[in-house]
Amino acid sequence: MRVALFITCFNDTLFPDTGRAVVRLLERLGHEVEFPLDQTCCGQMHFNTGYQVEAIPLARRFVRTFAGYDAIVSPSGSCAAMVRDYYGRLGEIAVEEQGDTALAEQVAQVAPRVFELSELLVGQLGVEDVGAYYPHRVTYHPTCHSLRLLKVGEAPLKLLRAVRGIDLVELPEAEECCGFGGTFAIKNADTSMAMLSDKLRHVLDTRAEVCTAGDNSCLMHIGGALSRQRSGVRTVHLAEILAATEDDARV
Amino acid sequence: MSGPSPSFPESARVALANTQLRRNMGYATQTIRAKRALVVDELPDWEELRETGRAIKESVLRHLDEHLEALEQSVTRAGGQVHWARDADEANRIIAGIVSGHGATEIAKVKSITSDEIKLNEALAARGIEAIETDLAELIIQLDGDESSHFLVPAIHRNRAEIREIFLEHLDVDELSDDPRELAEAARLHLREKFLSARVGVSGANFAIAETGSVLVVESEGNGRMCTTLPPVLISLMGIEKVLPTFQDLEVFLQLLPRSSTGERMNPYTSVWTGTSEGDGPQEFHLVLLDNGRTAVLRDEIGRQTLNCIRCSACLNVCPVYSRTGGHAYNSVYPGPIGAILTPQLVGIHAAESLPYASTLCGACYEVCPVKINIPEVLVHLRGKVVRHKQAEHSGWRARLDPEAAAMAAMARVFSSRARYERAQRLARLGQAPLARRGPISHLPGGLMSGWTAMRDLKALPQRTFREWWVERDGSRADA
Ligand code: SF4
Repeated sequence: MRVALFITCFNDTLFPDTGRAVVRLLERLGHEVEFPLDQTCCGQMHFNTGYQVEAIPLARRFVRTFAGYDAIVSPSGSCAAMVRDYYGRLGEIAVEEQGDTALAEQVAQVAPRVFELSELLVGQLGVEDVGAYYPHRVTYHPTCHSLRLLKVGEAPLKLLRAVRGIDLVELPEAEECCGFGGTFAIKNADTSMAMLSDKLRHVLDTRAEVCTAGDNSCLMHIGGALSRQRSGVRTVHLAEILAATEDDARV
Repeated sequence: MSGPSPSFPESARVALANTQLRRNMGYATQTIRAKRALVVDELPDWEELRETGRAIKESVLRHLDEHLEALEQSVTRAGGQVHWARDADEANRIIAGIVSGHGATEIAKVKSITSDEIKLNEALAARGIEAIETDLAELIIQLDGDESSHFLVPAIHRNRAEIREIFLEHLDVDELSDDPRELAEAARLHLREKFLSARVGVSGANFAIAETGSVLVVESEGNGRMCTTLPPVLISLMGIEKVLPTFQDLEVFLQLLPRSSTGERMNPYTSVWTGTSEGDGPQEFHLVLLDNGRTAVLRDEIGRQTLNCIRCSACLNVCPVYSRTGGHAYNSVYPGPIGAILTPQLVGIHAAESLPYASTLCGACYEVCPVKINIPEVLVHLRGKVVRHKQAEHSGWRARLDPEAAAMAAMARVFSSRARYERAQRLARLGQAPLARRGPISHLPGGLMSGWTAMRDLKALPQRTFREWWVERDGSRADA
């Protein structure tokens, strides 16, 4: 299977370790990963903030860059959802505003092949035990877009349960939004913080040392506050847990 | 009230600081969420019901004119009178005209959010007519000079102790505990007299049936039944989108509504009346059909689904924003997720610019909405309108001065070319150097991002981007 990695601009710039973990994990499972260097940003922030017309060139760029791959994998639930669930709408806007029908056609080809990491592993490749070892107490936060747009369901938990050495603890009120919401965290900083406070309380209640999720944007928001509070809890992307092996532990 | 209302972030900031409100809201929304989940889970065909509800609404809206004309005929045939109101003023004038025509100076009212939308009570007061709210929660609000913060539980932001205080102050009682039964009894005694003396009753309507001309009010307390049966004249005010084609459609909606709203299998009181009947109930019935911006909403293909709403308030109760800020922060008759999409469409996007942004787009509202309104989709669509509106208003240099628009334009440019994007990554790393000397960034100088570091550290940019690592690795693999 020709798998292309859609790293997302955010991970590329801020969380390169997550990208490396995806590559390591998929290669360990015997897949060849390609990284088309022309990729930049999917346009999610523009789209969600109301700059939809501005997001159209980014969508064009995406479908051009990723045409021809069997599967496109992303370690970000929200960016995967942007392409799979909302590019169709951008295609419509391109028709309405610019009379361009090409984008909609290309989206129909490319968007269904975009998968968030846990979806690709469990749903497409049929693996749950990826041979990982991670001797830590971990709690999992299902991010809203992976839960309600992509509907990844139990996939991330299935993967985590199969990790050796892990002490996986359930997060109370797990499905409640963490309060990130992209530009919401800035435009509505007070409400965002109120939501974050509750999320932190639940994370701390689990006594986990690691809070994981399938999206570094929500994790940066949660992790930024855990760090500020010197809480002793860190955030780690799901891919990094799944990529870890006993060899890492020995080093 | 006059002048532009404050924005959502401004009002939310005040609300969030009120610890009693936070506690009341948190407790009430958690309780009602759990109740709803329980009764929804017991229906194996819930998803089919939702889909049917949505489909019925969609087809009603597509042929709204026909259904409304059919409704008018049926109501008239059954002895009622139908009035068409283009906007709030017209509706208020019609209702006040009927009340004054009977020489009445007092009306008994059932809770109706549509009447709040047109500010009926104020309009009547200006003409010397007093509107008495007969719903317990609405009464609490009215006595305290407060405003509703939820459609079904207008006083959701109050607790028992606060309600006791309000009653002691305004009702004719000397002693009162905060036992809910005692509180309800005090209200009941106060209201009974009003029901018997009022000559005109005013209600909203949950549904009206085009086929038969029947109007329905669904409620918990029974005060609605009193208002719609005791006074000799009844006026019902209804948004035009509430019409349903046939009586049979109620089979779907009377399953969806109570479970979604109060978490009950069936609500305690459902009153249905069809025109007038001699010797039984009001002898004069008026149905006021209100547009007030709705036909404009119909014209918008994406926004249109907003009119599916049956005002169950499930989206309010599950909303992580509403359940913390409460309803007043929205500065809108319709609060919560539905308010964030309905109000800007009814009053105009420029008058409620901050509402479409009062959401993280988490999608919890869409998941529970019994008529499947894709609220996040409409929110994003309306954000697009806000941006277009701003761009049209501020063209040229003023547009470039808007920090958000400038940042978005700059980023769109950066992302449009690989070379520019990679250069920006390198520059950002250089730019942060003075901020990130010792690990994570805990303070950002003013501007757009300072809200972030009020509570969170910002991760410093790593030494190498992912793509730099990839290119290096690829290079070394090619060399090997
Ligand atoms: S939008 Fe849906 S969930 Fe919200 S009040 Fe209306 S019908 Fe209920």
